Amino acid sequence: MSQYCTFTLDGHLFGVPVSSVQEVLRAQALTSVPLAPSEVAGLLNLRGQIVTSLELRARMGLPPREADAPSVNVVVKTADGSAVSLVVDEIGDVIEPPREAFEAPPETVPSSVRALVSRVCKLDRQLMLLLDTERAAQVLEPA
Amino acid sequence: MDGLDEIIGEFLVESHENLDQLDSDLVALEQDPGSTALLASVFRTIHTIKGTSGFLAFSVLESVTHVGESLLARLRDGDLTLTPGLTSLLLEVVDAVRALLTDIERTGAEGDRSYDDLVARLTAALEGEEPAAPAATGAEDAIEVGPEGPAELPEADDDVPVLEVVPDEAPPAPVRALAVAEPDPVAEPAAEERPEATEPAEGRRSVADSTIRVDVTLLDSLMNLVGELVLTRNQMLQNAAAREDVDLARTTHRLNLVAGELQEGVMRTRLQQIDTLWSKLPRVVRDLSMQLGKTVQLEMVGRETELDKTILEAVRDPLTHLVRNSIDHGIESPADRAAAGKPAEGTLTLRAFHAGGQVSIEITDDGAGIHPDRLRDKVVSKGLMSREAADRLTDHEATALIFMPGFSTASALTNVSGRGVGMDVVKTNIERIGGSIDLSSDPGRGTTVRIRIPLTLAIIPALVVTAAANRFAIPQVNLLELVRLDAAQAATAIENVHGAPVYRLRGRLLPLVDLREQLGLDAVERETTYVVVLQADNQQYGLVVDDILDTEEIVVKPLGNQLRHLPLYAGATIMGDGAVALILDATAIARKVGMALESELNAGADLDAAEAGDVASVLVVELGGGRRAGIPVSAVDRLEEIALDLVERAGHHEVVQYREQILPLVRLDHVLHGDGAYGEDAPLQVVVCRKGEQRAGVVVSGILDIVETNLSIRTALDSSGGDGSAVIAGHVTELVDIDQVFAGLPGHDRLARTA
Repeated sequence: MSQYCTFTLDGHLFGVPVSSVQEVLRAQALTSVPLAPSEVAGLLNLRGQIVTSLELRARMGLPPREADAPSVNVVVKTADGSAVSLVVDEIGDVIEPPREAFEAPPETVPSSVRALVSRVCKLDRQLMLLLDTERAAQVLEPA
Repeated sequence: MDGLDEIIGEFLVESHENLDQLDSDLVALEQDPGSTALLASVFRTIHTIKGTSGFLAFSVLESVTHVGESLLARLRDGDLTLTPGLTSLLLEVVDAVRALLTDIERTGAEGDRSYDDLVARLTAALEGEEPAAPAATGAEDAIEVGPEGPAELPEADDDVPVLEVVPDEAPPAPVRALAVAEPDPVAEPAAEERPEATEPAEGRRSVADSTIRVDVTLLDSLMNLVGELVLTRNQMLQNAAAREDVDLARTTHRLNLVAGELQEGVMRTRLQQIDTLWSKLPRVVRDLSMQLGKTVQLEMVGRETELDKTILEAVRDPLTHLVRNSIDHGIESPADRAAAGKPAEGTLTLRAFHAGGQVSIEITDDGAGIHPDRLRDKVVSKGLMSREAADRLTDHEATALIFMPGFSTASALTNVSGRGVGMDVVKTNIERIGGSIDLSSDPGRGTTVRIRIPLTLAIIPALVVTAAANRFAIPQVNLLELVRLDAAQAATAIENVHGAPVYRLRGRLLPLVDLREQLGLDAVERETTYVVVLQADNQQYGLVVDDILDTEEIVVKPLGNQLRHLPLYAGATIMGDGAVALILDATAIARKVGMALESELNAGADLDAAEAGDVASVLVVELGGGRRAGIPVSAVDRLEEIALDLVERAGHHEVVQYREQILPLVRLDHVLHGDGAYGEDAPLQVVVCRKGEQRAGVVVSGILDIVETNLSIRTALDSSGGDGSAVIAGHVTELVDIDQVFAGLPGHDRLARTA
């Protein structure tokens, strides 16, 4: 059984494997990057490491957050050894659901979300969508 | 190491390292005599030393290592089995080699110690395996080995595992080891002598002790740490400056100095001589010239020039490509060279030197050179540029066409070079590491390619500027100067050419690029205009920014994958206050703007085809009284400045002697019926125009610009000396009919012919 770090995004519960999370930060001062794709929130100085911060709502095609709503940076490790920060609404608990609770995402999930969700986990009261961090960290080059 | 040749120095360093390895290998081998990998390693080491000593004519060293090698060969081939006795013997060889190397290092020669005894005993051990010849000095052990060796080896060869042989041999081993050690009058004193021998040289470290090999990844991580330190220092300096604390100020000052020296020191550890790259080239040159039937001599100047390892790696391919290019396209075949009156053997010169905090590398060949006209023709025939645009290029600019993507001068593809991806890739690669490349050619005499690259990549000085709320760093290598214009100055000094702002910097037109505009930020009315004059791609431009802050040492950090596709940024860095700032790529900005210009040119060319005659390139000149006139560039030969006292008179006409000709001058103002207000003493601004064989100097009051323009807004309004008027670059400009200018000149045949 593995542990998952959960967070919410527009009322949905998402999860990422704890092993892929480097750290969780309060909202940070970001350096904006002109000309960058809209989902790039900016750059972050993580103790000397420059980390790109991605607005996960924009990445998933969800409506933008209210102007003064709080946000949290979930810094995840990527395959190439670097890190990416995902901006989410609120951080949740670390949970340890049984393996059999996972299922393939239902067809009804919007395709922009489904592209980034690898599995769905049935919890007692709600569903946790398992985020594919590798895919979430990729930003398509504007044509 | 006076008197010691560089090669010998390297040999010593390498051998000393190898010997230490040998010691441990041999001891390990004793524990595990069956290990073929260890034996092979030991064999290789001895073999290398033997080979090099033979090459360097150290005969004693060679003879010792030679027998040692023979013995090892036997062991390796399984003819002999390693016994502790043999191990000791081999260790003695190592000691002897070490002693010899010490002598060589100290005196440059092998010294007069004799190793005949050791050689003899080694030979005996070798022959001990042969049953027939046991009689030699040190016969005791040889005999002991002798009977046992052959007696057991057949077994080993048959089916008994080697490991079983060893325990059998183990018990007598100590005896033999002693036996070897005791009748050894030479090696023992030698071993004792050694410390004494080195003691006089205690003052200076031996070659082997003064250098160590370090893993490059360790150096990289050190460099990163120093980078962090530099950033922390920057923050510290900023904080300290904000306080009035004398102690803190003193400490930070000290920190500043130490960090700076540390940074320089670590940077130096990463420097390598360019020769590590160049040493591969003679072979490349030889193979290639053989293949192409050319003879080329390679000369290398400045081999010892040092640059950062990462940069060295980055220029490896471009440099090889350029060398291949020079041989393939530059240097002609011996027959062609003879026909051109040059020596049959071509010369390719590589030159490297430090200049202005950068490294310059020049690749010069004495080949055919590049004809700018051929490049002009080619660029037009390839449809990459319009004829007018190509003709307008200076020879130097035309030569630079070779770096244009999709451009290749080779008329036939060879497997050597010339696939049309070459030079622009070379250029891109050089620019990627913050360098620049330039090519100059003297047709018939040769070509020189100049590469300028920074010494190091990791920590660079940069200028920090702002646009909107963002801070950006611009690498100082691109920086030429800074210009500050207040609102009043900006209003007059910044002009528009065809919608593009330009600034007159000491008489030259400097295209201006607004950083906000390039970054898609909101435009703003500026009180004060700050212009950062940048050099990129052999062209200069002024980057208009909101404010210029400071220069700072920055550590270049790569951007994440999500942002790599944005060409305008060369990376990011962390500023003194801990915030992240993007690093601007001056060349990419120039290219972005240049590309826009190019597409305009192409659009112009398309229009040209559609509505011929209405798009033209026009030289815009100033007449007296704010009037502007446009002369078709196709009629313009050159622009000259002619001092007034050179003007002579012939009949009613003003003339000057110009390039062995008599050039009649025509005051354009008079042709266009103006009032002719020219400066009294100022030199004349002359546009030398040509019509067929005939030339005339058209005198104007000022030369403004060349514009490619669509002459659509046009009236027939003029003053009978012209071709109507059009709006060019926002100004009504009278178009000069060149025929009319020449019509005013009498005696077409008598004037303006070769005198």
